[in-house]
Amino acid sequence: MAGLGGRMSTVFKAKISRLLDKSEDPGETLDYGYNKQLELLQNVKKGIADVVTSKKRLQMQSQKLEQQVVKLDTQARQAISQGREDLARAALERKTVAQTELQSLDAQVTELEAQQEKLTENERKLRHKIEAFRTKKEVIKAQYSAAEAQVKIGEAASGVGEEMADLGLAMQRAEDKTEQMRARAGAVEELEAAGTFEDLSTLGSGQDDIDRELAQLGAGGQVDDELAKMKAELGPGDAPAADTKALGEGNA
Amino acid sequence: MIVRISGEGQYELPDTDAERLNGLDNRAVATAERNDEAGFRELWTQMLELVRAEGNELPEDELVESDVILPPRDISFAEAQGEFTGEGLIPD
Repeated sequence: MAGLGGRMSTVFKAKISRLLDKSEDPGETLDYGYNKQLELLQNVKKGIADVVTSKKRLQMQSQKLEQQVVKLDTQARQAISQGREDLARAALERKTVAQTELQSLDAQVTELEAQQEKLTENERKLRHKIEAFRTKKEVIKAQYSAAEAQVKIGEAASGVGEEMADLGLAMQRAEDKTEQMRARAGAVEELEAAGTFEDLSTLGSGQDDIDRELAQLGAGGQVDDELAKMKAELGPGDAPAADTKALGEGNA
Repeated sequence: MIVRISGEGQYELPDTDAERLNGLDNRAVATAERNDEAGFRELWTQMLELVRAEGNELPEDELVESDVILPPRDISFAEAQGEFTGEGLIPD
């Protein structure tokens, strides 16, 4: 079992074998083993709950960003209508950054979703194993001599122990990934705190530090394209309203 | 031979298939050692497929220890290089 992070199992096996060495009452060892398994199952449930919490947090962040994208898009359109291409460009640059973050967040949510499903399935399997252990323990108690029972207990405990080790490893991997996502989510929050996705109306001419940074991010090409598209849609800068074209079509 | 795919389950693999698995395992070690990620991925996929296709999944109430434990399917190449060394996952 080299390389498998089965700390849970190792601790568990060590305790079982120590009890078996004393071996005053195999029945007691079995009951202890079973209770320990139930206890560890609770840890697993807690681990799954943590994944769910992380997922919900990312989903909330994703919703917030979606709102920002819509808002910045609207602002860009308004700016064009008022002939303020500089503001429109700043809004679109922010929108590009927000969209990139959004894509990454959505991918993370999907990944956590898959992890949650897998862990839940594995938890169900472990529960079955523990149930099988419970049944076996009663059989061993009733049918075997103390010496035979020792061997049987060792086997059954190893079987459950391996399942636990495996689930422990899966939990560890899920936790590691969640940790990486948390770090990433923290970075998005910092960007938000720095005003990257902020409402443009709170900024003067749109020529602050953030704008200069954004311009350097190389979002230029995409922003140019989108700006041109919006201008084509909305008509010249001195048009009276944002939806001139739509209204025009309606009247035609 | 009882084989576990980590994170997925335990399978009972007939002896002839166990030998084939051992062969793939040894070749996987060679790819890991010469830093050949594409070659490793190919063999790793074959190993997983062999176990799933030829092995019989053990019932969930079976309490036995595995003879071999394969790492999780999504193992990174860096992790694999730590596991696939020497005689591989299956001792020769």
